[in-house]
Amino acid sequence: MATTLTSSRKAARRAAGLTFDSGRPAWKEPASPLYSTIKAIIIGAITLTIVIPILLVVSTSLADDKQLIAAGGYVLWPTNPTFAAYEAIFSGEFMFRALGVSAVITAVGTFLALFTTITMAYATSRPVLFGRPVLLLVLFTLLFAPGLIPMFLMVKQLGLLNTLWSLILPSVFAAFNFVVMRSFFMNIPTELIEAARIDGASDFMILRKVVLPLSKAVIAVVGLFYAVGFWNAFFNAMLYINDQTLYPVQLVLRNYVVQGGSMAEAIGVATNPPPQSMQMAIVVVALVPILVVYPFLQKHFNKGVITGAVKG
Amino acid sequence: MHDGIPVRQVSWQARMRKDKQMLIMMIPGVLFLALFFYIPILGNVIAFQDYQPFLGISGSDWVGMQNFVDLYFNPDFWVAFRNTIVLAVWQLLFFFPVPLALALVVDSLISTKIRRWFQSLVYLPHFLSWVLVIALFQQVLGGAGLVNNMLRDFGLDTIPFMTNPDTFPLLATIQLIWKECGWAMIIFLASLAAIDGSLYEAAAADGAGRWRRMWHITLPGLRSIIVLLLILRIGDILSVGFEQFLLQHDAVGAGAAEVIDTFTYFAGVVGGGWSIGAAAGLAKGVVAALLIWGANSLAHRMGEPGIFQKKVS
Repeated sequence: MATTLTSSRKAARRAAGLTFDSGRPAWKEPASPLYSTIKAIIIGAITLTIVIPILLVVSTSLADDKQLIAAGGYVLWPTNPTFAAYEAIFSGEFMFRALGVSAVITAVGTFLALFTTITMAYATSRPVLFGRPVLLLVLFTLLFAPGLIPMFLMVKQLGLLNTLWSLILPSVFAAFNFVVMRSFFMNIPTELIEAARIDGASDFMILRKVVLPLSKAVIAVVGLFYAVGFWNAFFNAMLYINDQTLYPVQLVLRNYVVQGGSMAEAIGVATNPPPQSMQMAIVVVALVPILVVYPFLQKHFNKGVITGAVKG
Repeated sequence: MHDGIPVRQVSWQARMRKDKQMLIMMIPGVLFLALFFYIPILGNVIAFQDYQPFLGISGSDWVGMQNFVDLYFNPDFWVAFRNTIVLAVWQLLFFFPVPLALALVVDSLISTKIRRWFQSLVYLPHFLSWVLVIALFQQVLGGAGLVNNMLRDFGLDTIPFMTNPDTFPLLATIQLIWKECGWAMIIFLASLAAIDGSLYEAAAADGAGRWRRMWHITLPGLRSIIVLLLILRIGDILSVGFEQFLLQHDAVGAGAAEVIDTFTYFAGVVGGGWSIGAAAGLAKGVVAALLIWGANSLAHRMGEPGIFQKKVS
């Protein structure tokens, strides 16, 4: 219905000679060269500010020391790429372990977070006993934060200090993601759920067999948010983790790149490649998982986020 | 309800039986809220104690408002407070309008190919951690970074972009814009897409040019979302960005990069002043909640939906 309406409107416009071939709306004048140029400059400049730093770290991490010295420390394109810096940082156990820690907290954390958020969002998206008060309990978390010190004492009290759980449990539920998930579930027609119930399905079964298959997009997006959150967790690690063997990648990045600590000592490697390349290699190691996952999930953004964000 | 019986007439035991599985589903979330939200809120009582870790909350002495009085007379806290406000004002003035402007530019792109490609690119920095962002900024603008290297090559003086306390608010705002403006744009794009195209058509037929249409149709169409985001921003004004400032605390010094959150961290966790840290955190939390509340009711009075109402959009 809607499509025929708009297409007939389009046809009418085309008949009146109002629509351009490109699909440009009739009321838009042809692009003026001035505005087009300004727009192209803006977009080009923004693109460069994002691409250049990333290219810079990737290239420098791959550059050999001759080119690096000749270029004064930074290269934008490695003429003679070498993986020496990566071999160096991975020659000890330190980086492997940090990567392992980050991978484990990301995987376990994302799984637990999705589990908690989905069950909670589904239960409060239907008219259920205590649904309303529980919803208010969640929404209140958007208004007030308990504060850093009480959180620290709670984690300490639970005996989670210096364990990986301290990086997982405090973040397994985020009110924003809950709101996105819940508003998506609320849009699932009640009739579908009622039908399944009449067929004798339990609530668990309905969630698993009816609701989840319909919610792949929102699960992908919320899962990405959680996963990125766990992968990027730096402050909690700094707060709760003292033991070097439990350092996640972000903490390594901060200690040996941002603060410029001596890597060779901590990682236990000989500094054959220039320290510059090794620092860059750590940056790349922290960056790559995001760059790899991003394109796959990015197509779900519009569907997943906008349903949640605009309603929330 | 499920069986066509009005909800009110069913006894709560019967409802409990019927909703048993749904109630079970709420358990993990409620447990989380209890452990990592509501109990820690109660833990804020140490702000009114002389908290000693060995004695615990039950064993420590009560001191009433003494910690807040100490805070009031602590010059470091006022430095942190002032920095927080300065940075928040910078963010409000210079960060807030950028995503809106960018959304207008992106929305006016005709080629869907360029548009989609550009959108995915500007969303990307949002997914990078602050550690990574600061590391990238260091590599480009740092003392030994790309730009200063080039300046040196040309025989010019280097510029301490990353370590100058005087220009730190500018730097911090630029970092925020780089990281978040693409992502913040998403919500404006969604509301732009919701504006009825026939309004533009009618306006164009009446002879309104590009700028008139933007002024009279686009901006009014975005009004409620702008108000909503402003409210959220005002509520967040005291949390200007914890990790960002903690990470640059050493480089630019406490005089410029200390904010209330970092003050809480250094006074409490690092310095062992648990109670004074908790007092600073609690004061901040309460003021922030009041700010959101106030801004929201102001929005209601302006006839906007605000945030605490269910019927947004």
